[in-house]
Amino acid sequence: MRATWLIARRELASYFTSPIAYAVTAVFMVIVGYFFGMILYLSREATMRYLFYNVTTFLLLIGPALTMRLVAEERKSGTIELLLTAPVRDGEVIVGKFLAALLLWALMLALTLVYPLLLRAFGNPDPGPILSGYLGLLLAGGAVLSLGVVASTLTANQIVAALVAFGLSLMLWLADALQYVVSGPVGQFFAYLSLSVHFADLPKGVIDTKDVIFYLSIIVASLFVATRILEARRWKG
Amino acid sequence: MIEVEHLTKYYGAVPAIQDVSLSVNKGEIVGFLGPNSAGKTTTMRILSGYMPPTAGTARVAGYDVMRDSLEVRRRIGYLPETVPLYPEMAVRSYLEYMGALRGVAKPAQAAERAMESCGLADRREMLIGKLSKGYRQRVGLAQAIIHDPEVLILDEPTIGLDPRQIIEVRNLIKGLAGSHTVILSTHILPEVSQVCQRVMIINKGRIVAEDTPERLTGRLRGAQQLHIQVARPAGDARTALEAVPGVLTVAETSPGCFEVESALDNDPRTKIAELIVGRGWGLLELRPVGMSLEEIFLTLTTEDAARAAEEDGPTISIDAAPGEGRRDR
Repeated sequence: MRATWLIARRELASYFTSPIAYAVTAVFMVIVGYFFGMILYLSREATMRYLFYNVTTFLLLIGPALTMRLVAEERKSGTIELLLTAPVRDGEVIVGKFLAALLLWALMLALTLVYPLLLRAFGNPDPGPILSGYLGLLLAGGAVLSLGVVASTLTANQIVAALVAFGLSLMLWLADALQYVVSGPVGQFFAYLSLSVHFADLPKGVIDTKDVIFYLSIIVASLFVATRILEARRWKG
Repeated sequence: MIEVEHLTKYYGAVPAIQDVSLSVNKGEIVGFLGPNSAGKTTTMRILSGYMPPTAGTARVAGYDVMRDSLEVRRRIGYLPETVPLYPEMAVRSYLEYMGALRGVAKPAQAAERAMESCGLADRREMLIGKLSKGYRQRVGLAQAIIHDPEVLILDEPTIGLDPRQIIEVRNLIKGLAGSHTVILSTHILPEVSQVCQRVMIINKGRIVAEDTPERLTGRLRGAQQLHIQVARPAGDARTALEAVPGVLTVAETSPGCFEVESALDNDPRTKIAELIVGRGWGLLELRPVGMSLEEIFLTLTTEDAARAAEEDGPTISIDAAPGEGRRDR
């Protein structure tokens, strides 16, 4: 636990000493601001709902950018040798890295809180769906980031890691489309696996435990797989 | 402190080390000597718990590197071949992080101590990415000793340093002897004789010799070699020297300089001195020449290659010279 937090803290600090955190946050804020303005202008509704659905799209692009370096860079620079010979479990390394990315994502989401505050200043938004929507973004973000951690353990090349992360998340995001191709329980299974289906209700103010548990399961499963990949790659040297 | 038995590691079908056995006692400094790609780094990576062996066992401080990896890792300080540094971190925060990761109770103080003993005090707030190669190597060494480990595994600790820094680092390592067990790899031969109490020469994944630097030099010499220099050699000097009892061969390397090989049990030095003084050649120098570690190293590693070639039969082999070919892993 202690080591996990140490690794997460170092990783988070390293986001901010490199341009990554600033670049990703800046791009994210510009896009979110643009969409917030457009949606508000067109709909004239004091709601964050439509914006939340749009943010999930940015998440698919931004998530891989946050996670691509996590393990891949350590492998490339050789610092992985230090981490894997320190008295730290492989799982602690993976969870620490994931936490750093998740904290950065949470920070980026926190910066967008200015928009609901704006709505509140000039209108009368329903706070429930806004809160559940943010919870949804945090959970869906966690799932996408955990898939990114898996991709980053697979390679020493950051671009490959980003692409694999993007591919994995996009496939899982759109998995529900398969239910129109394959009918019956197989189709339902793919629908259940879809990251987007489980997100749909959250910005409406509906927090279903099934959805929460789904995202948490994806995170746990991904981090488990990432840990096993890290272990397996020791054998290759 | 370190016991290795029949350790073997394959990368795919390529053997990196084969049937390596060695043991290092507590407080000893042992040198691991070998050409590039001999298997030094592989052995050290296994000892540090970075990767598992294909076969065989390795125990550090009584713990198996496979089964009790975490216990082993708690007790070692490891400096890998490529110094593992985060360029975006400052020296001090990097060392504090490494100390904390290794479970040091007071990382700030430990970092301060490590910087002091590695001569980094004046660079403590500098970003590692901006340091010169020598300083980076020192930071690597500082992170290896920060938690005062029982066992230190140093893969080429003096590489990239200037001569003065090399001496400093060697003294630092020598200062660790007694309370720490050190295993270090190098292909710089004088380093081994200066720092290490015991040497293991590894070539093509096998240990080909193991002894103290002094005994290793003695053991390989079936005969004693003398270097003689005289001021006024007469024409028959060579034959006269050859006639001295105990002298096996004489070679005149340059006018007045002779390399004399003699039997170990029949030391001809007094008789040679008497002969030279008696003939009035003007004795300038008479000293025994030890076979240098370089020569031993070359003898062992080339003998080995020659034997291997014989075993393989008369095939044409384009064998890469040491330092070329596959990267040392």
